[in-house]
Amino acid sequence: MTFRIHVRVMPRRGLLDPQGQAVEGALKALKFTDLTNVHVGRAIEFDLVAADQTAATTAARAMCAKLLANPVTEDYEIEVEPK
Amino acid sequence: MIRVAVIRFPGSNCEPDAHRAVEREGGTAFYVFHRETDLRDADAVILPGGFSYGDYLRSGAIARFSPIMAAVERHAADGKPLVGFCNGFQILCESGLLPGGLMRNATLKYVSRPVDCRIERTDTPFTSAYRAGEVIRIPVGHGDGRYAASDEALDHLERRGLVVIRYVEGRLLDAPANPNGSARDIAGISNPEGNVVGMMPHPERLADDLLGSTAGARVFTSLMRWKRPALVTNP
Repeated sequence: MTFRIHVRVMPRRGLLDPQGQAVEGALKALKFTDLTNVHVGRAIEFDLVAADQTAATTAARAMCAKLLANPVTEDYEIEVEPK
Repeated sequence: MIRVAVIRFPGSNCEPDAHRAVEREGGTAFYVFHRETDLRDADAVILPGGFSYGDYLRSGAIARFSPIMAAVERHAADGKPLVGFCNGFQILCESGLLPGGLMRNATLKYVSRPVDCRIERTDTPFTSAYRAGEVIRIPVGHGDGRYAASDEALDHLERRGLVVIRYVEGRLLDAPANPNGSARDIAGISNPEGNVVGMMPHPERLADDLLGSTAGARVFTSLMRWKRPALVTNP
């Protein structure tokens, strides 16, 4: 089966996120004032062939642990979608 | 004579500076391409500055899986000297040879200027020619230099005395001492054994009289003093 994998990598909560702060400042300058906690991360998508949903998730998790996210400075979420 | 391998990744740009600084101190330096798998009997290894793999994904994240890195990791495990300057430090953190990580500068700006740094540890192969507590002025040039680690990891580094070099308040006007927002003003650290050192500043860029200062040269003088362990025991 082929799955579409969506990985979302965000700066580890609690660590300074200057990009998020800068974007928040810019949004507020544009009068979008009702917002807080802006964070900027990275989205990675790919197609993956795997036996089932569980196998696809396991593989994607291993990719995140090894390369796609830095476990020291980032958190990640994985979404697995059958194609 | 100390033989020093300078690893060349696609996007490295400080390898000639490192090569020259080693040879100026009387060592033999040679380049090893990232696709190679052998360090050719190097006594020491330098991971140079630059933008390996375009800094794609994260600085150093892709370089750490280069074919040569397996040999570099074995070299480190054997207790031999390994240093990373700037992008080299990022690669060492990404590869887990040093703890923590290097994040976007707090100012979001690329910073390229001299910084004042205090040598905190002189018992590493790269700092033994400095006096403990000595403050030197050497350049930094980076966008992702903010050292970050968990509070426990930072406490551990401090307790074990693994901070090798730290940004300090100097006589530089109109510039914060800490150029990037690094935790605890950390500019460079070592592993517990002391043979692996990483730092954001560029000592190799200030190691020639022509440039008006040789503040960084003693990193390489230190390395020339390093002695290969005399006794090799079989396991």
